[in-house]
Amino acid sequence: MLADKDRIFTNVYGFQDWGLKAAQARGDWDDTKAILAKGQDAIIDEIKASGLRGRGGAGFPTGMKWSFMPKESKDGRPSFLVINADESEPGSCKDREIIRHDPHKLIEGALVAGFAMRARAAYIYIRGEYIREAETLFAAVQQAYDAGLVGKNACGSGYDFDVFVHRGAGAYICGEETAMIESLEGKKGQPRLKPPFPAGAGLYGCPTTVNNVESIAVAPTIMRRGANWFNSFGRENNKGTKLFQISGHVEKPCVVEESMSIPFSELIEKHCGGIRGGWDNLLAVIPGGSSVPLVPAAQIKDAPMDFDGLKELGSGLGTAAVIVMDKSTDIVRAISRISYFYKHESCGQCTPCREGTGWMWRVMERLREGDAAPEEIDMLFEVTKQVEGHTICALGDAAAWPIQGLIRHFRPELERRIGANLPEAAE
Amino acid sequence: MPKVTVDGQELEVPAGATVLQACELAGKEIPRFCYHERLSIAGNCRMCLVEVKPGPPKPQASCALPATEGQEIRTDTEMVKKAREGVMEFLLINHPLDCPICDQGGECDLQDQSMAYGRGATRYHENKRAVTEKYMGPLIKTIMTRCIHCTRCVRFSEEIAGVDEIGALYRGENMQITTYLEHAAKHELSANVVDLCPVGALTSRPYAYEARPWELKKVPGIDVMDGVGSNIRIDSRGREVLRILPRVNDDVNEEWLTDKGRHALDGLTRRRLDRVWIRRDGKLQPADWNEAFGMIRDAAPGDSIAAVHGDLVDCETLFAAKALLKAMGSSLIEGRQNGMVYDTSSMAALNFNSGLSGIEEADCILIVGSQIRYEAPLVNTRIRKAVKRGAKVFIMGPEWETTYPVTFLGNDLGGLNDLSGDLAEAMAAAERPAIIAGGAALARGALGRLLALAGEWKLLRDGWNGFNALHAPAARMGGLMLGYAQAGGMKAIADAAPKVLLSLGADEMDYAPFEKSLKVYIGHHGDKGAHAADIILPAAAYTEKHGTYVNIEGRVQRSEKSVFAPGDAREDWTILRALADALGVSVGFDSFDELRSAMHREVPSLAIDGLAEFGTTLPAGGGEASGVIDAYPVKDYYLSNAICRASPTMQRCSAELLHGEEVAEAAE
Repeated sequence: MLADKDRIFTNVYGFQDWGLKAAQARGDWDDTKAILAKGQDAIIDEIKASGLRGRGGAGFPTGMKWSFMPKESKDGRPSFLVINADESEPGSCKDREIIRHDPHKLIEGALVAGFAMRARAAYIYIRGEYIREAETLFAAVQQAYDAGLVGKNACGSGYDFDVFVHRGAGAYICGEETAMIESLEGKKGQPRLKPPFPAGAGLYGCPTTVNNVESIAVAPTIMRRGANWFNSFGRENNKGTKLFQISGHVEKPCVVEESMSIPFSELIEKHCGGIRGGWDNLLAVIPGGSSVPLVPAAQIKDAPMDFDGLKELGSGLGTAAVIVMDKSTDIVRAISRISYFYKHESCGQCTPCREGTGWMWRVMERLREGDAAPEEIDMLFEVTKQVEGHTICALGDAAAWPIQGLIRHFRPELERRIGANLPEAAE
Repeated sequence: MPKVTVDGQELEVPAGATVLQACELAGKEIPRFCYHERLSIAGNCRMCLVEVKPGPPKPQASCALPATEGQEIRTDTEMVKKAREGVMEFLLINHPLDCPICDQGGECDLQDQSMAYGRGATRYHENKRAVTEKYMGPLIKTIMTRCIHCTRCVRFSEEIAGVDEIGALYRGENMQITTYLEHAAKHELSANVVDLCPVGALTSRPYAYEARPWELKKVPGIDVMDGVGSNIRIDSRGREVLRILPRVNDDVNEEWLTDKGRHALDGLTRRRLDRVWIRRDGKLQPADWNEAFGMIRDAAPGDSIAAVHGDLVDCETLFAAKALLKAMGSSLIEGRQNGMVYDTSSMAALNFNSGLSGIEEADCILIVGSQIRYEAPLVNTRIRKAVKRGAKVFIMGPEWETTYPVTFLGNDLGGLNDLSGDLAEAMAAAERPAIIAGGAALARGALGRLLALAGEWKLLRDGWNGFNALHAPAARMGGLMLGYAQAGGMKAIADAAPKVLLSLGADEMDYAPFEKSLKVYIGHHGDKGAHAADIILPAAAYTEKHGTYVNIEGRVQRSEKSVFAPGDAREDWTILRALADALGVSVGFDSFDELRSAMHREVPSLAIDGLAEFGTTLPAGGGEASGVIDAYPVKDYYLSNAICRASPTMQRCSAELLHGEEVAEAAE
């Protein structure tokens, strides 16, 4: 279990004030100038050495992502940092807690990361539904400007860096990095084709890096405490601490910072008071937010909660939004509801996702009632395969995986429902 | 020049080519819906998926992937086949199975590609999506349930037309393509989206339920609605032209066509002159050819005969009339109907010298007296391309709605005499400066001053001639090449008080000064010229005769006959040839081929398809410009000549799109 002294987000429960004074008392903005004085390359090297992997779900090494940014502008184009606070994945709620209670970690991180990638400004794109959180963030940014921490000569470092907060309008797809860039530019939020990658031509055609809130917010602490401290947690290739968000059928759902690779059972027992009705009552777990396949109870119990460990189980860590379902859950209905979510949130740009998500949801709805033929299970699986990997962005994959997970692990349940429905149909 | 392998076949592709282009070079057909050579890449239909190594282990959209050295591209693997089948299945699940009543049938990309790449049967048993119709104006019929969201129409109006009118609403399977607030698409190229639409979502409203493509006879022609000379394909069935589509010609119209060129065709069957008429006691009465010829012979014109040509005639007609007048001993020929006078001694000064595709290269353009969107919409798209590459555009004349940023310099031509300010600076800094002199500038005598400016700004430089005249009428360049210009213009013709005036479809001229002349109208529509005429000899419209046309850049192009002229109407040259017999003179040709070779002997450049040579020097010009441009020559885009004035479609466009009248949707 992570010791209190090793927590990065020390105010994640909001026991203290979020404001600048309180944040400084917790150690934020402590001699940020010195961090910047280490120089861009040193910061990137330190982040690389820390083994930090992107906290937005894909788990791309953060330091490496920063290093893709141009070291100097050959044609006068500025670089930008875009911070993805459009946290809309069902189950995820970590960015919300950070922005609510520790916004200065994020703003300081924006400066450190933005400086490291030689960005002119950071745009924080916050989810439209986060109304109070956006208010807090606006106020926190204003505090930082007033204290001279960002803006011209940020923290007295001689570096000019602006932070803008932009509110989204409620589209899940705007959490995809290129759709977010489109949306920031004032267009319809639809993912762009890659290449060109944002690091080459992103926001307004300028080099851009899009990072998750948590990836950015942990950066100043890593710089203060060192890469070695950060990578002392977790398994090889899965280093550091992580905010886990456990929801569903546990005694005490919570957001908690823990070391990576913590076994699932330990996470639940230590922080959530155990599974509702005991471990025997556990049905399945969606370990990384709605877009990853579910893992049945038997496999998840001792699994290490990290990128590679969950990948071995055919699932993923995603944003570490752990959705726990006990045996009272109608699992087909649960997955069908997730299907509906993706059908609703598909941007409609490319064919497989636009047409496939609706089709999958409709078949799922019938399977929920058992109103289907047994061979339709295979057909549905094939349809998910036709969507997966054929789309511009990953929403197609995200829509396909939960259903694939269901069919892989709960096929008997689906067949049982079809079987139970048949005699009724005959009547 | 990266080297790639396509299905085991090694080839070099041009730098910057996409994988799709590489596959095409290798002779592999790649199915696609959203990809279009002339539009930006959207990559959203996912039909063009291929397998590429090195790369992720999933199929890649070939339209958006750059071809790089050493790539191994496969278009024939199981993965590719499955991917295509999958995408095709998705496209079809919400596409209605209404092919039998769909106007796109027979030329539908979705139909063709589902035959070639689809899986043959459906597995979709849910309800299909239905989408409410959208109103897109009098030319575009929408059946949006058929839409596959390729966004070609959206990209066309944004990128080519430069008018943000079409876009997508909503998300996911609820996404709908529509115009802004469901207003009609209001620009001169709107109907091109019908060609671009790969399915039957956007079809031609006037052509709805008229014919199937395989019933049509297809003949290559040249558009005469403006001076651009767009290459068209005239589709006819029986004696009626049913449809006009653009042909691809990168030098002229690329693959676009103006709405007028496309949809004025229903004017070809209305208000037609299909018999001979003679004015008796102030009223036009039916007559026959011999009577009419007799009356002209009885007028005994001698050399007191003049000819004025209209905007739509072909070079052969012009030459036949000129030959007739020459045999009579007259050289009173003129084509600038609205009375404009300018020096015609140098064709180079009256030509669009930089060329239609060349104007895209210009980096600073001064437009004087031209509403280009109305006078030559396809030149406007070229200028828009130039602006996208960074060109600056200045316009002198009344303000109009441009599709790119411009600086308006006011209406006073006197501004051309003052060589200071932004314009002069931009011209001095430009590497490829250009002037476009429109009809309104030529009419007000600004040509000399503009030529002088061309000298000062060095519009003639290595491999670049930036001096351009832009004529709205299709017949102007041919007419000028054949000498249809008097030093005094129309006034000179009127002053000569000819006994007989031959009007070759001249509908825009003022007939009042010719009250004493015997006015013989040889044309195809009962328009202004026919109303003023004493004798009407029915002739053929541009779809009904072989003809040579010269466009504004001096490009000689030939059009073919698609259908026969109605009733008693004859091809123009035969009328003039018969008239020569009636007048007892010899014109030196008895057949169309003889006429053409005689014409080619007189003006050799008309013999060769392609750009006519007008020399590489410009006259020095000179003089001051003065006067005010108060109006442009084309006042109503949709009603600018006799054919479109007779066209119900064009009348409706004019009323609805230009004059804003609410045209009630006919109950369907």
